[in-house]
Amino acid sequence: MSTEALVNEHNYIFNTLFLLFSGALVMWMAAGFSMLEAGLVRSKNTTEILTKNILLYALACIAYQAFGFDIMYQDSETAGWLPSFGFGIEATAEGATQSRDVDFFFQVVFVATAMSIVSGAVAERMKLSAFLIFAIFMTAVIYPVEGYWTWGAGFLGASVEDGGLGFSDFAGSAIVHMAGAMAALSGVLLLGPRKGRYGSKGVKAMPGANMPLVALGTFILWMGWLGFNGGSQLTLNSTGDADAIARIFVNTNAAAAAGAICAYLLSTVLYGKADLTLIVNGALAGLVTITAAPDSPTPTLAVLFGAIGASIAFFAIKFFDKIEIDDPVGAISVHGVAGIVGVMLVPFTKDVSFLTQLIGIVVIGSWVFGSSLAVWFVVKKLFGIRISEQDEYDGADATECGVEAYPEFVGGKN
Amino acid sequence: MYWLTAIVRPFKLNDVYNRLIEEGIGGMTVSEVKGLGSQRATTEVYRGNEYSNDFIPKIKIEIAVSEDALDNVIDSIIESSKTGKPGDGKIFISKIQQAYRIRTNEIDLDAL
Repeated sequence: MSTEALVNEHNYIFNTLFLLFSGALVMWMAAGFSMLEAGLVRSKNTTEILTKNILLYALACIAYQAFGFDIMYQDSETAGWLPSFGFGIEATAEGATQSRDVDFFFQVVFVATAMSIVSGAVAERMKLSAFLIFAIFMTAVIYPVEGYWTWGAGFLGASVEDGGLGFSDFAGSAIVHMAGAMAALSGVLLLGPRKGRYGSKGVKAMPGANMPLVALGTFILWMGWLGFNGGSQLTLNSTGDADAIARIFVNTNAAAAAGAICAYLLSTVLYGKADLTLIVNGALAGLVTITAAPDSPTPTLAVLFGAIGASIAFFAIKFFDKIEIDDPVGAISVHGVAGIVGVMLVPFTKDVSFLTQLIGIVVIGSWVFGSSLAVWFVVKKLFGIRISEQDEYDGADATECGVEAYPEFVGGKN
Repeated sequence: MYWLTAIVRPFKLNDVYNRLIEEGIGGMTVSEVKGLGSQRATTEVYRGNEYSNDFIPKIKIEIAVSEDALDNVIDSIIESSKTGKPGDGKIFISKIQQAYRIRTNEIDLDAL
């Protein structure tokens, strides 16, 4: 075997191994979202939100394997609008730099992440069935189409030389996180707030039931994010790659830390106490912000970016409550608002214009918002998307899943 | 002096509470309870096996009231918690023999 062939083979192995490892970390973010959401809802809706999380992950995997991956990456025109529609995963091509299967695996866990964002925002009042129907459309079509426009080298993501716009979103602040938030926002608008949330006396607090789960979920997400951003380097076959990945780990971690501290300070100064749920939102907003460009800032700049994103998301949470958009976990602020901030910060460290970034946000945002709204609307007309008022009072655990999260005893004659 | 125990639907707690505050009631004890009454039990399926969940979650509110206030408090609770369907709950009333406020050693009506 020639030296070149040997090097290529080693590169292939390293790249594949690196993406498998990163993909497994990102897969684990599904656990993070599950725990975070389970902790932030009231205890009568715990089993139901967990059921949604497991089934959305499963549906996302199958729908993306069947249709989504092909739409996003296979046989589509460079710098085009309309993706080609096909089925399944192609075989690894001759001369490829990593296995085709690992390309798929690393992408499918991102889709699941985008969908996980939705479940938190619509929690405690959406029908399980309506949510699952939406999950199929989101992961089979809605996300893959904008994914093709960007990472699939469509008109947004293709470089200027190739006839595209050169929109830059390294690991998906807009492509994954803002997309999930837009799908959530359109659903929440048609769904309405939880019963009793907004009354004549202002916003009624509905405290989450389990803070240890909130903290655990946050750390799981924080850890998984290292794979989310680090893995997005996509290759590990040079010291340049190795340096970049190490820098991404450092920046990602720093932005999360800065976001948490920032939210702690804001919550202490403005609301008087250290609110764990806001600190958690701050850490996650820091992560979302740095995701658009975790490779190019210096670690000091990453701290600043994380703090900026977390501060804006912090006020966005209050703003959405003010306009009566009920988001029990703050997903729209943390993923949507911080996602936009992250994308708009990219031009400070990379050679791309603010206008290009803005166009990317508008195109992705309006596509995901519009198509999601259409799907939610049709599902609402056909089956309804909201559980009955009585079911909402009784809790979705009993009415949708038939079991409470913590049944101490059940009656019944046996 | 009466000891009033009201069993109400969990989601009605806020309405009852707000109404009692309006009526000038300054204290109460609230607990989450489960119980069996005229409301039909739900039949659930867990891992393929049916079970009937006879004990339905309710809220128990306990209040000590003076004789003068009793009728008003009863009416307030009924008005603010009624839906007209089985499962609205019950109110039980019994006499209090004595009451003390621990902080001040006040007795009976002064202690309420």
